[in-house]
Amino acid sequence: MSRNDYRILSERFGRKDGHKLSVYESEGGYKALRMVLSGMPPAEVREVVKDSALRGRGGAGFPTGVKWGFVPEGAEEVYFFVNADESEPGTFKDRYLLDYDPHQTIEGTIISCFAVQAKLAFIYIRGEFGWLVDRVQKAVDEAYAAGLLGKNILGSGYDLEMIVHKGAGAYICGEETGLINSVEGRKGQPSLKPPFPAVSGFLKKPTIVNNVESVASVPWIINNGAEAYKAFGTEKSTGTKLFSVSGPVKNPGVHEIPLGMPFREFFHDWLGGMVEGEELKAVIVGGSSVPVLPAAEAMNITLDYESTAQAGTMLGSGGMIVIPQSSDMVELIQVLMHFYFDESCGQCTPCREGTSWLHKIVKRLRGGKGTIEDLDLLEHVCNGMAGLTICPLADAAVMPMLSFLEKFRPEFEALIQETAPVGMNSRWPRGEQEK
Amino acid sequence: MSKTQDMKQEFKPSPETLSRVDKLVEAYPTRASALMPSIWAITDEMGYVPDTGVDFLVEKLGVTKARVYEVLSFYTMYRTEPQAEHVLQVCHNISCHIMGARNVIAQLEKKLGVRLGEATPDGKFAIEGAECLGACGHGPCLQLGKHLYEYLTPEKAEDLLDNLRKGVVPRADTDRELED
Ligand SMILES: Cc1cc2nc3c(=O)[nH]c(=O)nc-3n(C[C@H](O)[C@H](O)[C@H](O)COP(=O)(O)O)c2cc1C
Ligand code: SF4
Ligand code: FES
Repeated sequence: MSRNDYRILSERFGRKDGHKLSVYESEGGYKALRMVLSGMPPAEVREVVKDSALRGRGGAGFPTGVKWGFVPEGAEEVYFFVNADESEPGTFKDRYLLDYDPHQTIEGTIISCFAVQAKLAFIYIRGEFGWLVDRVQKAVDEAYAAGLLGKNILGSGYDLEMIVHKGAGAYICGEETGLINSVEGRKGQPSLKPPFPAVSGFLKKPTIVNNVESVASVPWIINNGAEAYKAFGTEKSTGTKLFSVSGPVKNPGVHEIPLGMPFREFFHDWLGGMVEGEELKAVIVGGSSVPVLPAAEAMNITLDYESTAQAGTMLGSGGMIVIPQSSDMVELIQVLMHFYFDESCGQCTPCREGTSWLHKIVKRLRGGKGTIEDLDLLEHVCNGMAGLTICPLADAAVMPMLSFLEKFRPEFEALIQETAPVGMNSRWPRGEQEK
Repeated sequence: MSKTQDMKQEFKPSPETLSRVDKLVEAYPTRASALMPSIWAITDEMGYVPDTGVDFLVEKLGVTKARVYEVLSFYTMYRTEPQAEHVLQVCHNISCHIMGARNVIAQLEKKLGVRLGEATPDGKFAIEGAECLGACGHGPCLQLGKHLYEYLTPEKAEDLLDNLRKGVVPRADTDRELED
């Protein structure tokens, strides 16, 4: 197959007019919606998506059709949230979907809402994407004007309202219960599960939260069928996936590939390898919250849920961060620990205190005041955090921390013994520790 | 009293903001759920939310004052004090860091004579560190209001400052989206 055959989601990426309703419709857009509304029962839509084995693209990889099935049959008031909070460092794929092709996501959302009989959908876009909020709102307005949203959509009797909701700068609002609380007009702090949102979510009503990429995949699946979707990918990781790639590779950006592609092939043929003068040191495959893989280990994996798990990491959001030899791993983990410390919502003591300590200790190391015992202390703090909190943010901090320590321990030790090579910290001189 | 507090003004909603909030209350399923977008409405008009803005929200949305302040302080993009004219938010997260964000920050600090997190005494510029702005493959990057500047270098950052000083807001990489 050629590269173009993999374009389920990215057909209009990079095209100037791809965001317009007229262009989308002229290329087969809203055909799936018309098909669904002209007589497919909601249960059948759910069934097709379940059969496709589409797994949620927000990070956890939970099967989308199965999640939809948790909404109690006959529920009167159901809400649907499209999660476009996209704040996981390294991740910028949903932005491409909404920027270049908002109607694909809107169509996918309408079909998904119909499948669970929701009457109101929110697209929750992170506040930093102010420019994107306007663009998506424009597309939603276009859809309303064309009778694709609102009362009696396309004469089918199905009603759906859609609200574009702008976040205000909080990573934790990407967590589904945090997101729901945020739209209720509260702090975006996660709630304990169960109950799961599908049973009791927004305003205590059944609520589905799905990632942008998950819903954007739905129109293609409806148009082409579950079997066609499963022709891409592996048995348990079906379909294509967007990888947003950052770091000094020749072709950074968002790439769509069938799941199961060897990393080696992706790295050489799609990313073009490293830019001149840089060498590959390590890869974070699925956003900053998953364990890092040294280059040699990365070269052995295939890009799917199973192979990454076997290698001790996760596919996550597909936010792939390519780390060059010239990067100092202690410096990078300090950046990340600052992030998690900053973004902890503070409800759970292990997370609030733990992220604060991890950041403090790493900072101390880089400030030249660390000891070898600090490395054990880091592990000790991590062990007191993982799995003990309301939401997985604590684990999201622990996973990079422990993996950096495990895989790159000599760099930590060299720093403590002041034998780290000169120039290694050139991007952020030691001693400058304002963070 | 800090200088910015001296500059605080009363919130007297413009007719546009009033009707925007009324429409939000109409569209959102409960009045309280319209809180975040209503805060944005005030922010878009004033740049921040003064105490009188909070009173307005309490009355319009039927929520407590404590709830409004809680929400205002939870989200980093909401502000309760007047801001510098140009707030340069430079991403200092991992991908941008790898691509040289520190050099961009250093250049801005040098040219403005302030450190990250500070504003210039004339209230014209502030530099803030931002967590990942969703432009990781286009980094280093910097956000200025609704404009996102990507693929930055220290030189480009300096150019941006020069332009802003002349009153020109250069075209950002994402402005294409705002135009058509
Ligand atoms: C700290 C944290 C941040 C998250 N951020 C996002 C996010 O930005 N976007 C997203 O889609 N999911 C995010 N998630 C996952 C959501 O909780 C949820 O699983 C997802 O939106 C479900 O959609 P999916 O099943 O389609 O993947 C985050 C989870 C955690 C714990
Ligand atoms: S784990 Fe951290 S972010 Fe999650 S709810 Fe607890 S304190 Fe908040
Ligand atoms: S790390 Fe800078 S935009 Fe993501």
